[in-house]
Amino acid sequence: MQLDSKIPKGNLPDKWTSYSSSVPLVSPANKRRIDVIVIGSGLAGASAAATLGELGYNVKCFCFQDSPRRAHSIAAQGGINAAKNYQNDGDSVWRLFYDTIKGGDYRAREANVHRLAECSTHIIDQCVAQGVPFAREYGGLLANRSFGGVQVSRTFYARGQTGQQLLLGAYSALERQINAKTVEMFTRHEMLDVVLIDGKARGIIARDLVSGEIQRHGAHAVVLATGGYGNVFFLSTNAMGSNVTAAWKAHRKGSLFANPCFTQIHPTCIPVSGHFQSKLTLMSESLRNDGRVWVPKRKEDRLKNPLEIKEEDRDYYLERRYPAFGNLVPRDVASRAAKIVCDAGNSVSEKGQAVYLDFSDAIKRLGKDKIAERYGNLFDMYQRITDENPYERPMKIFPAVHYTMGGLWVDYELSTNIPGLYALGEANFSDHGANRLGASALMQGLADGYFILPVTIGSYLSKEIRTPHIDTNHPAFATAEKQVKDQINQLLNINGTKTVDEFHMELGKIMWDKCGMERTAQGLTQARKEIRALRDEFYKNVKVSGNADEFNPELEKAGRVADFLELGELMVIDALERNESCGGHFRAESVTEDGEAKRNDSEYMYVAAWQYDINNPTLVKEPLDYEVVHPSERSYK
Amino acid sequence: MKITLKIWRQRNAKEAGKLETYQLNDVTTDMSFLEMMDILNQHLIKEGKDPVAFDHDCREGICGMCSMVINGKPHGPLKATTTCQLHMRSFKDGETITIEPFRAGAFPVIKDLSVNRGAFDRIIQAGGYISVNTGSAVDANAIPIDKITADLAMDAAECIGCGACVAACKNSSAMLFLSAKVSQFALLPQGQAERSLRVLNMVEQHDAEGFGSCTNTYACEAECPKQISVTNIARLNREYLMATSSAQVVKEKNFSM
Ligand SMILES: Cc1cc2nc3c(=O)[nH]c(=O)nc-3n(C[C@H](O)[C@H](O)[C@H](O)COP(=O)(O)OP(=O)(O)OC[C@H]3O[C@@H](n4cnc5c(N)ncnc54)[C@H](O)[C@@H]3O)c2cc1C
Ligand code: SF4
Ligand code: FES
Repeated sequence: MQLDSKIPKGNLPDKWTSYSSSVPLVSPANKRRIDVIVIGSGLAGASAAATLGELGYNVKCFCFQDSPRRAHSIAAQGGINAAKNYQNDGDSVWRLFYDTIKGGDYRAREANVHRLAECSTHIIDQCVAQGVPFAREYGGLLANRSFGGVQVSRTFYARGQTGQQLLLGAYSALERQINAKTVEMFTRHEMLDVVLIDGKARGIIARDLVSGEIQRHGAHAVVLATGGYGNVFFLSTNAMGSNVTAAWKAHRKGSLFANPCFTQIHPTCIPVSGHFQSKLTLMSESLRNDGRVWVPKRKEDRLKNPLEIKEEDRDYYLERRYPAFGNLVPRDVASRAAKIVCDAGNSVSEKGQAVYLDFSDAIKRLGKDKIAERYGNLFDMYQRITDENPYERPMKIFPAVHYTMGGLWVDYELSTNIPGLYALGEANFSDHGANRLGASALMQGLADGYFILPVTIGSYLSKEIRTPHIDTNHPAFATAEKQVKDQINQLLNINGTKTVDEFHMELGKIMWDKCGMERTAQGLTQARKEIRALRDEFYKNVKVSGNADEFNPELEKAGRVADFLELGELMVIDALERNESCGGHFRAESVTEDGEAKRNDSEYMYVAAWQYDINNPTLVKEPLDYEVVHPSERSYK
Repeated sequence: MKITLKIWRQRNAKEAGKLETYQLNDVTTDMSFLEMMDILNQHLIKEGKDPVAFDHDCREGICGMCSMVINGKPHGPLKATTTCQLHMRSFKDGETITIEPFRAGAFPVIKDLSVNRGAFDRIIQAGGYISVNTGSAVDANAIPIDKITADLAMDAAECIGCGACVAACKNSSAMLFLSAKVSQFALLPQGQAERSLRVLNMVEQHDAEGFGSCTNTYACEAECPKQISVTNIARLNREYLMATSSAQVVKEKNFSM
């Protein structure tokens, strides 16, 4: 199989402009006759559905929460990047492009990333026009902050709730289109399969989560904006419902899944406190601007009161190992360093693994009020969860799974290799390479949904204007519907002894231990065996309560865990195949002399796109051509 | 900790519900309230019983999905805290905790503790937006907004749409929710063009959904996890009065007073 990334010809900075001015258009009269399904109402889905509705398409939008406003994007805290250069600190589209390519450890496509940087400025304009209350200076203009891995201030924010405010902006645009009847919204609905007719995506099978009814929906094109799959690890900072099912069903129908092993582990999260733990809470990256990370030098001191440990007995290991960037090294580097000191036996928690994030120097220097003004809401959240006061004692933190760079393979038009099937936002693999920089996911979701897909989808739909509304009586719908019903019945009838959560936790532990912050060939090989055994056991021994024709959250979870049990294996296969260290993917076999990640450009400079086969997936490589940037070692020393 | 739970069980919107009692002996103080519910459900599943349905997603106090009335209070005993951010250390060993759904005519029960809050989306559809199509915006810094006003708009915009204000109100009024959205846009220059029609249309939808009117008991503010202020309701009332006399409204809605 050959992959065509459809990157337009021409100079890098001109590609998007020339593409958008030459892409075929669909006339207003024809748009009214064309149906588009959008799965997901997060930043990517809500912005796409609203914009397609404004353009005049008939849109159906689906989400599994009870309102589109509750998509996981709502939880993003820190901010959104844009190359506005309002601070006059030398920022530009080029710099944002370059930082993102370098931050991604040279495993993303230049053309996509450049387009993302170009779109970034329009996003801020659009959001302000919608009434998004970004932070402002006294003069009335927009404020910015800085984030890890860069040297300019380009991050726009709305207190600690940037994702919430951006999503509410997109949600209001979506609700406006619902009112205008261009978009029909289906909340508490879960897509359970995509339907292909003659090789093209022509609709979906969905379950109404309240009544349990299985429905058929036809459309000329289907857009997946279904978020990331970090919950394959069971514990992550993602919302409880985030899952891979929509993307995985598309993968089973032929969509390639790219770079599944590229996972982002965020360095500053509240550590696990017990076996009952259901999710992990992120403490924003911005804290590393003023907090210093350390562990005691001597193992005997690790559980001692930190206030009694003298300065010379502390190991500020980030400042020691990375003097140039210190506590502000990128996420992957900071996370691995925490793992190394904890594995060496210096964890400061009696319950598991943790390091200190200490604000005492900053409080001495700036005063408690200043720190409270900057981070008050985060400190309160920390205290609420841990019952400890971070103004008086250093915070305990540890890395946690946060974001997945991998996802459905898409070309420059955000189309998967199935014609008519698109993927946006965290659900696709496209722009972040092997590591995502902070405040770039919100940017990508909104660029994809507001500005890119509504243009690129025209290239496909302009050829579909003669296709009538899709007839859901087509046998392809019947077959897909039967498969969905069969799977539901299968899950409900196993009637074993272990709960869905127990399987999910076991899978999470395998993934975290063997496909987490450090990966080895031996561990990955072992993990593959364990996952397969766990999957076999799942289909013999899971217990799913309730019925198919009612509101049944356990049944929803069971279907999602079934897909995670397949995805987990593919992640392990991908991690094993990529025998290099790059970005969030660290192979213990591929390190420099001083223990840092060692990339191998001559052998692995490609996107690994996998074709589904439960026993033996096939690897299809998309080579990455760097025409403009010259990949170099990513050093933060 | 040992905890006794009295939980509202209701199979679906049509059947009647009742409180059922459960005993938990393996609760720890570090657990979140919803983790305690997870443990209860694990026990129920193993015993072959139906687990308790409840809504939740982010478990960080931001999505607005969680919605329980705990010992008579929406989101439980702590001020400015959603159910998902509550921890068991707020309860005593041996305590009995009563858990019910958010109750209001406009929030019908789906099952157990899950309710349908679609009415909130429909209020937003009626006018909770600024009509600006993608691509037609001016440069963001072309609209300066003084910091005080921007901060006030942000205070209102923090509403998570959970519905605790409705559950707390003896009239089941959604005025706090509605006024937060109306205030955000009334304060901002971008919101001016549609200011009058917006407030009228949203209030009309609020009433059509069956939410009650506000009699200023302020129970909503006391229970709101995001501390949305009742001054927003005062602003809403002013906006409504002003709107009824605006030329635009008189023309578009054939409104006369
Ligand atoms: C705690 C936290 C903080 C973050 N902070 C930042 C930040 O400061 N800056 C930044 O840039 N990024 C941040 N991120 C990352 C960023 O929030 C996400 O990557 C981004 O919001 C994903 O948006 P999305 O639209 O792709 O998907 P989501 O917002 O995850 O939306 C997915 C949608 O798909 C729907 N869906 C999924 N499956 C189905 C199905 N089968 N059927 C029907 N509907 C379905 C869901 O209902 C939902 O509507 C953060 C992430 C976390 C976890
Ligand atoms: S006003 Fe407060 S209580 Fe009401 S919906 Fe908003 S956040 Fe919830
Ligand atoms: S679960 Fe999201 S606010 Fe409680």
